[in-house]
Amino acid sequence: MQIDWIYGLIGGLLIGTGGAVYLLGNGRIMGASGIIGGLVDGSGWSTAVERIIFLVGVFAAPLVVLQFWDRSETNITSNVTQLVVAGLLVGIGTRIANGCTSGHGVCGISRLSLRGIVATVFYILAGGLTMAILRHVMGWI
Amino acid sequence: MKNIFALIAGLLFGAGLIISGMTNTAKVQGWLDVFGAWDPTLAFVMGGAMIPMAIAWAFTKNRSPIAGGSFPARPDPKLGRNLIIGSTLFGMGWGLAGLCPGPSIASLGYGGQNLWIFVIAMAAGMFAAPRVRASMDRMIPAE
Repeated sequence: MQIDWIYGLIGGLLIGTGGAVYLLGNGRIMGASGIIGGLVDGSGWSTAVERIIFLVGVFAAPLVVLQFWDRSETNITSNVTQLVVAGLLVGIGTRIANGCTSGHGVCGISRLSLRGIVATVFYILAGGLTMAILRHVMGWI
Repeated sequence: MKNIFALIAGLLFGAGLIISGMTNTAKVQGWLDVFGAWDPTLAFVMGGAMIPMAIAWAFTKNRSPIAGGSFPARPDPKLGRNLIIGSTLFGMGWGLAGLCPGPSIASLGYGGQNLWIFVIAMAAGMFAAPRVRASMDRMIPAE
């Protein structure tokens, strides 16, 4: 628990370096929901190869890390309704807002974008309120 | 060239997500759970990620991307209804499962079928989003 913040910081630096490579190399914002969403709804098919290669990297790197360090704990729920509702909300919400934790959060706030800051405030408040209600009022999760 | 940068960025992003612990839904929900055993890790992840990104943004001034093209222009500062409603819906889903798009892909290779259920639902939501946005505009005309 004590050391978790160090792993958080190291991981964060790697995430930010990835975003820096994507920005300085390709001139693009490293936003996970935009990269996936453009493939799903067809709006990003002209840059499909770049998007798919990025996602292969995101998918593959953890499998390499796991060879050296068992960090496979996900603690994900097995409640299918909860997974489906959460997935739909994340998918619809990030596309309507045009960004998620990586695009609005990491890339937006670091350029002091008002949109990024406001989006981050709203999704953290909504997430915190959801936790407060579902865990502490309803006792569901 | 673009594909090489995309691969390096993806690998760094994926490695950073698992090393930081953001692929563990309990840590994300712990960050959001201010009334429970609050877990500050996510703030360190965000803070750590800001450092290289802020340097990169400073570097974009009067330059062009290495692989050609141009850097993304500053977005219209207007906030708008979609940003607020969308972020609120996203936050609700984020709290409900402890997953956002990046970590869901990063843990897809080892997390088992529950991750696949989430990712398929997320993709369905992304597919439906343009229609949801259009019907929102019909119900309440855009500002």
